[in-house]
Amino acid sequence: MITKRIIPCLDVRNGRVVKGTNFEGVKDVSCPVELAKFYSANGADELVFYDITASFEERKLFTEILTRVAENVFIPLTVGGGINTVDDFDRVLKCGADKVSVNSGAIKNPMLIKEAAMKYGNQCVVISADIKRVDGQFMVFAKGGRENTGMEAISWIKKCVELGAGEVVVNSIDTDGVKGGFDIELLSLVCQAVNVPVIASGGAGNIQHFVDLFNAIPNIDAGLAASIFHFGEVQIKDLKAELKKNNIRVRL
Amino acid sequence: MIAIVDYGVGNLFSLISSFKYIGADVLVTSDPNEIKKCDKIILPGVGAFEDARRKLSDTGLDKIIIEEAKNGKPLMGICLGMQMLFEKSYEYGEHSGLGLLRGEIVPMQGVIPAELKIPHIGYNPLIFKKQSPLFKYIKDGDCVYFVHSYYATGCDDSVIATAEYGKEVTAAVSKDNIMGCQFHPEKSGDVGLNILRAFCELEVTR
Repeated sequence: MITKRIIPCLDVRNGRVVKGTNFEGVKDVSCPVELAKFYSANGADELVFYDITASFEERKLFTEILTRVAENVFIPLTVGGGINTVDDFDRVLKCGADKVSVNSGAIKNPMLIKEAAMKYGNQCVVISADIKRVDGQFMVFAKGGRENTGMEAISWIKKCVELGAGEVVVNSIDTDGVKGGFDIELLSLVCQAVNVPVIASGGAGNIQHFVDLFNAIPNIDAGLAASIFHFGEVQIKDLKAELKKNNIRVRL
Repeated sequence: MIAIVDYGVGNLFSLISSFKYIGADVLVTSDPNEIKKCDKIILPGVGAFEDARRKLSDTGLDKIIIEEAKNGKPLMGICLGMQMLFEKSYEYGEHSGLGLLRGEIVPMQGVIPAELKIPHIGYNPLIFKKQSPLFKYIKDGDCVYFVHSYYATGCDDSVIATAEYGKEVTAAVSKDNIMGCQFHPEKSGDVGLNILRAFCELEVTR
């Protein structure tokens, strides 16, 4: 049976990974290629690269870096950040990305999902949504979580899947950065609403949080995190060993 | 030299990179003469069966591939490339394949339990069914990365590995010099690279 995926997310600006700590055997933890190799060799099932560059020059550098990662790391690579057009899909896919994650670009123009899915297949299109509770309702936020779009989250995600999104990344703003565990309530609702892979994001603070996630929602596919991996608080190998001990299937 | 057949379907970046990484000489080509000169052939493919099959016929590459395969040249299809090695596919209609292996491609929909997601996406352990030189460097239970909605059936004579997804789904096939992987070896970490390495090391006897 299929295994649960563990996915580190790397923010890249100016050709460098933004946060990171020292890992044994990694000379330069800010180097995306070095870090990607390290994660891949240590059990990451997939990598997400988030492009947080601001200028055209930096974006060009990002695609160069992506190419070098893809030449050296042979697990699925997802790219997000600044994806607004089908040309943006084309740009990163040519550099070796396997999937492209859209967020604000899809909020501005939902048909982007459909166009990209028709051209590259549903498996290539990932919808990433930043979600926050507002007056007891789950709402979609734009601009990195700063702006309430006024859209209810579950219906938005369902719409994106109907348009052709083949995977959903659910980032809970309420749990993000708190390190108190994933947002089980929100993630359960999303998993009940759609029949494509769902990736949990926001809130992982320790190994137990992943165990809790997969136990609470047996049909969730993956757990994504950034800082706990980058700062070496959780080693993916230890995490997977613990998941296995809890009878959760992982790739070892 | 290994020919990667380029017929305008899918992104070959990772496949080319993975062969380069293991130190294999590959040639990405759509030229029949170049394909004939190479001693092994990789048939890649992503997307819809009908479209890919039509592109192979339009370019005449289907005839070359069949001819070379019948001459005994090692041929490995990957993902949709594997599916095209079979007799036919029922993906959106009924389409003939290259007919190099017995069997057909059918939807997973309706065959696997409804609560399982389609496409079948993710890492799934291989269940070995037969010994194969392709498995020289890997072991039963090693995980490989799948992305597909259709699978090969009626191919008991060629199946060498399956993966369990509501039922046992054909994962790898091999019969004489014709081989195929439903999964993506170029996205399966070291396990995948080791399958490609084993393919590169196959002895060519003809």
